[in-house]
Amino acid sequence: METIVADITNLKKAFGSNHVLKGIDLKIERGENLVVLGKSGSGKSVLIKCLVGLIEPDEGKVILFGKNVFELNDEDLNALRKKVGFLFQSAALYDSMSVRENLEFPLRGLKLKQKELDERVASTLKSVGLEDAIDQMPCGLSGGMRKRVGLARTLMLNPEIILYDEPTTGLDPTTSKEISRLILDVQKKYSAASIIITHDVECARITANRMMIIKDGTAYCEGTFEELETSKDEWVRSFFK
Amino acid sequence: MVIKKIVGPSERLYLSALKGFFEEVAQLTLFTLRFFKQALQPPYEFNELLKQSYLIGYKSLPLIAITGCIMGLVLTIQSRPTLAEFGAESWLPAMVAVSIIREIGPVITALIFAGKVGSGIGAELASMKVSEQIDAMEVSGINPFKYIVVTRVVSATFMLPVLVVMADAIALYGAYIGVNLKGEVSFHLFFLQVFEKLTFTDVFPAIIKTFFFGFAIALISCYKGYNSNKGTEGVGVAANSAVVYGSLAVFILDMAAVQISSLFS
Ligand SMILES: Nc1ncnc2c1ncn2[C@@H]1O[C@H](COP(=O)(O)OP(=O)(O)O)[C@@H](O)[C@H]1O
Ligand SMILES: [Mg+2]
Repeated sequence: METIVADITNLKKAFGSNHVLKGIDLKIERGENLVVLGKSGSGKSVLIKCLVGLIEPDEGKVILFGKNVFELNDEDLNALRKKVGFLFQSAALYDSMSVRENLEFPLRGLKLKQKELDERVASTLKSVGLEDAIDQMPCGLSGGMRKRVGLARTLMLNPEIILYDEPTTGLDPTTSKEISRLILDVQKKYSAASIIITHDVECARITANRMMIIKDGTAYCEGTFEELETSKDEWVRSFFK
Repeated sequence: MVIKKIVGPSERLYLSALKGFFEEVAQLTLFTLRFFKQALQPPYEFNELLKQSYLIGYKSLPLIAITGCIMGLVLTIQSRPTLAEFGAESWLPAMVAVSIIREIGPVITALIFAGKVGSGIGAELASMKVSEQIDAMEVSGINPFKYIVVTRVVSATFMLPVLVVMADAIALYGAYIGVNLKGEVSFHLFFLQVFEKLTFTDVFPAIIKTFFFGFAIALISCYKGYNSNKGTEGVGVAANSAVVYGSLAVFILDMAAVQISSLFS
């Protein structure tokens, strides 16, 4: 069985004269939590949006589950995307739908029976600890709850890789810690690979198996949390203060 | 040197505005082609189509009814003195009916539709874009263009004609009230006079053009929302330009419709 889930080589992307990514390599294995750390505006979101084909890079190759994302036709790309969970920074809940409908949405087209659907919604909501919010509308949820619902929605399709875009940004320290723990739980329960983008060191400490720091559009350094925390590089250590 | 003199700062401004205009037209054309491609390809989003038709059509009814009634009433009151001058007051019902059915009903209703539905679509899509909801649909393997744009445009295309027919009917009733403010004409006589004068060539082209009005308003609103800039100010800009360009499109299409239908009569 193939163990490499996603493989990015020499990824480059510029918006006009703003060179955001200047040749990034990244590999992630099954069941692994990779934390990508970087300053705000360093191109972390652009990186994972390239991975699922939301943004087309100028150069470089993106291989997901052994397939080149930018050579697929729409149908194959959509099939591939069903195996990917993406938790957006703002959670991106559909405002016009209730929590239940938000969770059911990714499953449309699968022709499941209503009973099966209800069970799946209930069990997924339970795994993020939000059974009671099932009939609420997104506008009535707090920031932490929105993130949980967003995570539940990405889990509905049993993804093999989950991409977290700043899962703890904008949350209070306690809620941040809860979300970080939840990411660990999800890793165990779904044995999915995860890429967690953040600038929150606490979140990285809890969730990371391996870390990568982005600087000036390149992968500046890689290693475990302990390795980077005690790095000889002044700039790298400055993240952990 | 010579070129530098000719292309001064103000000319450059015109040139870039012109370039921007043509770019916009090209983008809108591509968006339209994409609409037809996606609209014809199964699977179809019937449930969402019904929901949008309800929101776009049914929810606009009260507004359309009120404006329609006032439109008929005011038009009648304003036309009476001119006709009275020629001693042709008995023509009032027929004349007002022709104006309403041919021109005023479709255009006013379409403009109100652009204001209500167009701005709503523009703002909604732009905020979906800003809050990454459109991206979220895309990564869950669902085609957001089909789900969001196609359903709204198709609904608007078929709902506006229905609304116009209702507005016309209510406006005629308003005209009946207007006629009866001075003098007395029975309900029966009023509509007898109206339908005696109205012909197929008054009604048919006027209804046909409203399909195009609805299509253009929704398509432009979707285009503005779907391609809006990031940031919260993008939402306001999208809503505003949806109404402005939607209304402009209504007038341009109306002019074209008048030219085309005059060819056939
Ligand atoms: N769609 C876009 N168009 C233009 N510039 C963009 C776009 N998306 C991101 N950028 C730019 O790319 C840079 C990196 O953005 P991003 O990846 O969102 O940073 P972050 O690391 O904070 O997630 C920023 O300077 C941003 O302005
Ligand atoms: Mg970001």
